Amino acid sequence: MASHDAINEGLHGAPASAWGGGVAPFATGSKKLGMWLFIMSDAITFAALLMAYCYVRVASPEWPKPFEFYPALVKATVMTFILLSSSVTMVMAVQASKGEKRGSTVKWILATMLGGLLFVIIHATEWVGLIGEGVRLFHNPWGEPLFGAAFFALTGLHMTHVFCGVIYLGVVATWFGKGKLSPEDVEVAGLYWHFVDLVWMFIFPLVYVLSIHQG
Amino acid sequence: MSAQAHAEGSTRTFLIVWFWLLALTGVEVFLGYKQLELKIMLTILMGLSIVKAALIIAYFMHLRYEKPSMAATLMPALVIVIVLMNIFLPDSLRLLHMRPH
Repeated sequence: MASHDAINEGLHGAPASAWGGGVAPFATGSKKLGMWLFIMSDAITFAALLMAYCYVRVASPEWPKPFEFYPALVKATVMTFILLSSSVTMVMAVQASKGEKRGSTVKWILATMLGGLLFVIIHATEWVGLIGEGVRLFHNPWGEPLFGAAFFALTGLHMTHVFCGVIYLGVVATWFGKGKLSPEDVEVAGLYWHFVDLVWMFIFPLVYVLSIHQG
Repeated sequence: MSAQAHAEGSTRTFLIVWFWLLALTGVEVFLGYKQLELKIMLTILMGLSIVKAALIIAYFMHLRYEKPSMAATLMPALVIVIVLMNIFLPDSLRLLHMRPH
């Protein structure tokens, strides 16, 4: 709270009214607001892809349902668990950074990165498995040819986000450990990480649950 | 320190949110094995996902603890764009019924 007041007081120490064009009308730093704006635009990108997927999915009676309970659904559920848990470790990192605990912040960020890496590795094995079963972008052994394009585009863009997030967190952890970054930078990285988690909350039910093989 | 932790969410709050997110994921997997019509299924799953997204935004992404003006600036634009995209969705049903049998 104290930091909000400090930002609100503005550059010259005079209290600035938000409605009077105060220095920080949202009482946050500009980096945080910038990340929020990026997240909004990225959310619209994913929304467009998910909407296109739903459209094709509803319009295709022959949509493939290749995902067995084991391994596909178990893997996807474990991946959801890993991503959700990595969000919690990121929250812990943000809390630790605000409490000026540099070592523990770096450890929590490393735990988050580990979660992200595990997610990418499990996801990659799944991709390899599906490609091995003959799924291509516009061709698969089961039915609607667009299945591959929809699956690989959605999960691929998400996996790229996770991978970039791991690199981003690595940079933040290194520099925060050296004292070059402020707790706000950790929080901004956290915002991105939670957003990647959030997107998976839509991909999991739409891509996996709607393509479960019904015995 | 404890007053600040209360104002910005405690570890306990985050763990409760984490538990609910996992529980809702479990519900989704359970629903996956119910033979429901696709339209109904899609609606329920999207509803659950929106609840999960709201939990993540409010607690993990801290929006609940920011100034209300921030949410009021960010969220309506996103909601309007997504609702506008949704206008196309019913067309997929038309396509489904127009398919040659």
